[in-house]
Amino acid sequence: MPRSIVTSSSPSRRGFLAAVGAATFSVALSACSGGSGSGGSGGSSAKPLSQADIDKAMKTPTELTFWTWVPNIDKEVALFQQKYPAIKVKVVNAGQGVAHYTKLRTAIKAGKGAPDLAQVEYQAIPTFTITDSLLDLSPYGAADLKSKFVDWTWAQVSGSGGEIWAIPQDTGPLGMLYRQDIFDKHGIKPPTTWDEFAAAARKLHKADPGVYLTNLAANEAAAWHGLLWQAGAHPYALSGKSDITIDVNDAVSKKLGTYWGGLAKEGVISTDPDFTDGWYAGLNKGKYATWITAAWGPAFLSGSAKATAGKWRAAPLPQWDASSPVSGNWGGSTSAVIRSTKNPVAAAQFAQFLNSDPASAKMFATEQSFFPATKALLADPSFAGATPTFYGGQKVNQVFADISATVSDDFQWPPFLDQAATDWTETVGKSLADKTDSGAALDAWQQRLTTYAKGQGFTVKSA
Amino acid sequence: MTAMTAASTEDPRRAGPQRRRLGGLRHGAAGPLFIAPFMVLFVLLFLTPLGYAAYLSLFQERLIGGTTFVGLDNYMTALKDPLLREGLLRVAEFFAIQVPVMLLLALLFALALDSGLLRLAKVIRLGIFVPYAVPSVVATLMWGYLYGPDFGPFAQLGRKLDVPVPHFLSDTWMLGSLANVVTWEFVGYNMIILYAALRTIPGELYEAAAVDGAGAWRIAWSVKLPALRPALLLTLLFSVIGSFQLFNEPKLLQTIAPDVIDSSYTANLYAYTLAFTGQQVNYAAAVSFLLGLVIVVFSYAVLITANRRRTS
Repeated sequence: MPRSIVTSSSPSRRGFLAAVGAATFSVALSACSGGSGSGGSGGSSAKPLSQADIDKAMKTPTELTFWTWVPNIDKEVALFQQKYPAIKVKVVNAGQGVAHYTKLRTAIKAGKGAPDLAQVEYQAIPTFTITDSLLDLSPYGAADLKSKFVDWTWAQVSGSGGEIWAIPQDTGPLGMLYRQDIFDKHGIKPPTTWDEFAAAARKLHKADPGVYLTNLAANEAAAWHGLLWQAGAHPYALSGKSDITIDVNDAVSKKLGTYWGGLAKEGVISTDPDFTDGWYAGLNKGKYATWITAAWGPAFLSGSAKATAGKWRAAPLPQWDASSPVSGNWGGSTSAVIRSTKNPVAAAQFAQFLNSDPASAKMFATEQSFFPATKALLADPSFAGATPTFYGGQKVNQVFADISATVSDDFQWPPFLDQAATDWTETVGKSLADKTDSGAALDAWQQRLTTYAKGQGFTVKSA
Repeated sequence: MTAMTAASTEDPRRAGPQRRRLGGLRHGAAGPLFIAPFMVLFVLLFLTPLGYAAYLSLFQERLIGGTTFVGLDNYMTALKDPLLREGLLRVAEFFAIQVPVMLLLALLFALALDSGLLRLAKVIRLGIFVPYAVPSVVATLMWGYLYGPDFGPFAQLGRKLDVPVPHFLSDTWMLGSLANVVTWEFVGYNMIILYAALRTIPGELYEAAAVDGAGAWRIAWSVKLPALRPALLLTLLFSVIGSFQLFNEPKLLQTIAPDVIDSSYTANLYAYTLAFTGQQVNYAAAVSFLLGLVIVVFSYAVLITANRRRTS
């Protein structure tokens, strides 16, 4: 397994976390102060381009700048340049997640220095469309790609008016990785429902107080959103430009809160912050018997918990209703074209080629260990049939490919995601860690988000 | 400021020969020239961003509705903001706990080194100073690992010896744990300042004290300590500023103790979160200015108190 797994997978979720930026405040503030300029104009006319126009643009010498944190993406870029020698793509690593977005927002605001294209995670797309910073790719041939991509990924990049804001690159449908050896030792079968899961959690912790069935990280708002997604919640809905519905404490959320808050209070699951030294040690030393994670998790884990090779297996998420299995998504990202680009045609073609060309899409799976967003690759035996020894030869990709087909396509993200994530950690996450009332914490989260959204000029509703 | 005054007091003497060579250059015109490099950088890198932040703090930018001029509204909101007040109180508490310990340790080390009674004084001096050379980010990551409740060395040792070890990253201990990190980082730095000040005390004073029958302790108390007063005041001022701007350490420990350190744990962290999580750059600028004001007032209060003691 390539070393890049560790670095490539973590950013898929990192955009969701608070920045690990170490810049002192004064420096950061002066660096971020932009003008009050608008997000550029043009390109909004939805008239499809003719193939002749596209061909002409692709033969005109052009240089594109592409901000991305994906390691070794030069290899995929080379495939593009082989096909279109006139277009030069300059790859710039402007940081990961929040650091990347902060620089991008600053450049967009300043009106110059913004790239032609950028890596944008699904959940971050609305934070850029609210400021009109992304180019609608539908007139540039992107609409024809719809059938190539998994339905829910296409829904994630589509706007309410039929716009296509980005092209999906990789995904993270949620599943469960579990320790076969620990399960066997205590006679536990992989739980298929959340009720079974709770019973297993109690049984396991009672049998061995040093082991928890799972760790629900108190700082991982992204995982919580994935679980919300699975439970069928619709926490956010933007209608029009300035009306937002916020429902993070509705009945579905309360059900989730009671469930996880209850297990945390009983002390049968742990709530350690993830992607920290202690958490890595916990995975390696058998403190957690499962990891509820995304499809990028298997590759990530095999790089970070080498001591446990061969002991893990993959299974779908436990279900609320076993008769109709569903899942949510955590992480993954897209390529988006920034609206201020001077080369919209070439940039749009690049975004499309990078993620939909079979050779390029496959390379993301083999080189970067990305979990695919295209239907063809998910069905490709060379991908789905892989039998990694870390998982005892199980066809792990197949498990997650099946899960991907069960992810619902109606989950929306708020246009102020970082705030939602931070507020989650300080209310719901804190209540899980401190074993306090999760219902009150959900209400506090709702309250905070409502106040924030109103302060930002939204008209806030709740169902 | 010191650079400016130094340059302008020196320039008449130096301008003499230069004026003859340059002919028409009027007396004193060289002064501004000398300070120009400093002033250009000072204005560009210090005053301009400060002025721009002040300008920004008078506006409000919203996702819906754009930017509007709001006058001092941001400041009024900040004055009533409970999160800012809590953050400020917390750093004040931090200051009250951490700074006396740190300065006392620095003073003890400086006096011990200066006494000349220590063997390997140079090695010890370097040893105490080395943590200052470690970037605070690295230091915090290291301590964060040491503090770990499950796999940290302290916790593991405690379990092995069956001695209860406190949960360093819990709500009750966090401020103390942070204070420990900062103390570890800065004792050496303060010690060097104090030690340097001790080395400038003329030997005659010690001789005179010895003639008067003073022992080592008496000399330390009646000769060295009074002579250290300006240096102590300096370290105290640095500590005021450092404490109120506390950022790196809580920001990094936040990732391993997210339920304890929230985004408004310290005032500086709060301003950072406002700007980069909430996109409220304008409000963050106002909060930063208020924080700056608090630091100025607090530093001034420290100075006045110290000076009053000296004159009385």
